Amino acid sequence: MSKRTLMDEHPTYEELTRDFNWSIAEKDLEYHHGDNINIGWYCSDRICNKGNADKTALFYEGFGGIEKKYTFNDIRLAGNTIGTFLRKLGITDGDRVCLFMDRVPELYLSFLGILKIGAIVQPLFSAFGEDSLFVRLENAQTRAVITQKKHLSKVRKIRSKLPGLEFVIIVDAVKPGELKKGEVLFSLDEAEPVEHFDIFPAKAESPSVLHYTSGTTGQPKGVKHVHYSLISQYLTTKWVLDLHDEDIYWCTADPGWVTGTSYGIIGPWSLGATQCILDTGFSSQAWYRFIEKYRITVWYSAPTAIRSLMKAGDEVVKNFDLTSLRHLASVGEPLNSEAVIWSQRVFGKPFHDTFWQTETGSIMITNFPGMKIKPGSMGKPFPGITAAVLDPETFVPLDEPGKAGLIAFRPGWPAMMRTYWRNEEKYREKFVNGWYLSGDRSTIDNEGYFWFIGRDDDVINTAGHLVSPFEVESALLEHPAVGESAVTSKPDEINMEVVKAFITLKPGFAPGPDLELDIMNFIRKRLSPMAMPQAVEFVDSLPKTRSGKIMRRVLHAREWGEEIGDISTLEND
Amino acid sequence: MEENALNEMKEMILKYVIKEYVDDDDVEITYETPLISSGYVDSFSMVSLLVFLENKFKIKIPPSKATPEAFDSVNNIVALVNQYLNK
Repeated sequence: MSKRTLMDEHPTYEELTRDFNWSIAEKDLEYHHGDNINIGWYCSDRICNKGNADKTALFYEGFGGIEKKYTFNDIRLAGNTIGTFLRKLGITDGDRVCLFMDRVPELYLSFLGILKIGAIVQPLFSAFGEDSLFVRLENAQTRAVITQKKHLSKVRKIRSKLPGLEFVIIVDAVKPGELKKGEVLFSLDEAEPVEHFDIFPAKAESPSVLHYTSGTTGQPKGVKHVHYSLISQYLTTKWVLDLHDEDIYWCTADPGWVTGTSYGIIGPWSLGATQCILDTGFSSQAWYRFIEKYRITVWYSAPTAIRSLMKAGDEVVKNFDLTSLRHLASVGEPLNSEAVIWSQRVFGKPFHDTFWQTETGSIMITNFPGMKIKPGSMGKPFPGITAAVLDPETFVPLDEPGKAGLIAFRPGWPAMMRTYWRNEEKYREKFVNGWYLSGDRSTIDNEGYFWFIGRDDDVINTAGHLVSPFEVESALLEHPAVGESAVTSKPDEINMEVVKAFITLKPGFAPGPDLELDIMNFIRKRLSPMAMPQAVEFVDSLPKTRSGKIMRRVLHAREWGEEIGDISTLEND
Repeated sequence: MEENALNEMKEMILKYVIKEYVDDDDVEITYETPLISSGYVDSFSMVSLLVFLENKFKIKIPPSKATPEAFDSVNNIVALVNQYLNK
């Protein structure tokens, strides 16, 4: 039997948006202005209080067939237990606690525990190399890192440069004799569960999560979110992802990125939904088997993963029973029309594209379940969101359908970032004429659908991960052979775009395939696998302006087969 | 390919994988250890492993053959390399 979707209840988009008010979510969550609103409590204790303590909150499957299952009472107790452990260390409200782990249960449960004591969660992608880790921990002045033994060596390499990092908490086996100063073991399985816990009385504007995102220039920025973000995250999960009580939900995003927390923890658990986590590397067979095994009904994934599944072919799909799937959605990069059409053919359902950012905290433009999908379109703004495409010169909304401009939003939705951590100036730069500038460009058609064009800056979106060319160029300069570098993107069938580096060498170094590989590995280890140039081109010189500034856009245009544009300032054309 | 040469190739690839992709000294990686599905090598890093193989063995592996399955263990990688060595 098909479930009623949002659009069944509100037949038109106009009707859906007409009387919208965020108080719909507040009412659902029984929240009143001025109440405590601790996300950790809402995601666990409240669900238990509503009579769902024994309902499964999490099915976990790790590499090697490890399976674990947690009820909502289990995650409530785990949050209490981790919170108690942190408090005993002296961690308190406002402290930054970094999660640097694979997608193990301790990551999800620590997220709740940190919030329950009022500390700020700083999730970082576990594939980050030591340099990427360092700049983010230093900027956040992080007090504790929770990690696994397999990632400990990266933390140890930078520890001496981080005097504020008092504790490194390891959640799996390290022999006590091998621990260094400030390192502590914590085993959730062995800890005594804490039944009663004094939860921090977080208010709407109390800080909750600090996600880092890359920009064109400067170091990564810490995007500060608050507990009130729950309001947007709850309602968008309910309406856009269409989660119902009986659903089994799978968000494939890693909580090192905002999708993995907003819609991989907060959204589903605040709704009391059962979710599944697969902590293994990607393979089409493994993913389909996972959907079949857990009878997943709602699946939120990313275009790169969808394109990888497309590449694996239609035949493999036929080996699995995927009839449980009811609703599919996608986020991270533009979802190409071919992927939407393919999913309709092989799964009998289209992927619904959603658009939002680390800074927005929740879905902003989307294809609702039941709404007419135009393959390749981002959809329409979520109710309560005022979105526009602005003229890049005047920052005034463009009324003419099909005209390209900057995607912008009127501030004021609950999950919007509150600042960039220790960088109020950069935060203010994101606003012009009362609009928040997303940094992306699109058009709007005559039916109000948004169509993504690309970034408005040099940031590279590879497989949904933003990579700063500046960060890669800075790291490249530390390689002994690199004289100068310019980093841009090149098209990629699966990842949409990947990093490409143009490099001039210092005297005494000769270009060659071994040096190319050495440079690739250098960046992979220092920054991350996503930031690793997948192509290196050795050049005699880089295009520069007469004032000496490297013109990345010339190289970008060449890679993408685009018009180079005005090169009157080019020094060495 | 002769057995000795094959064993040498396996050993060389195994050593390279451990050196480049495995941070934890206590983890035992064998010729059969899943590399992609276990998360030791992700899809981005697979590109650097591909470049290593192409440089080392002077071969060209088509993108369509560089699949997660083909890279999922040292044994699988050796089988893949062998296909192109013999061409």
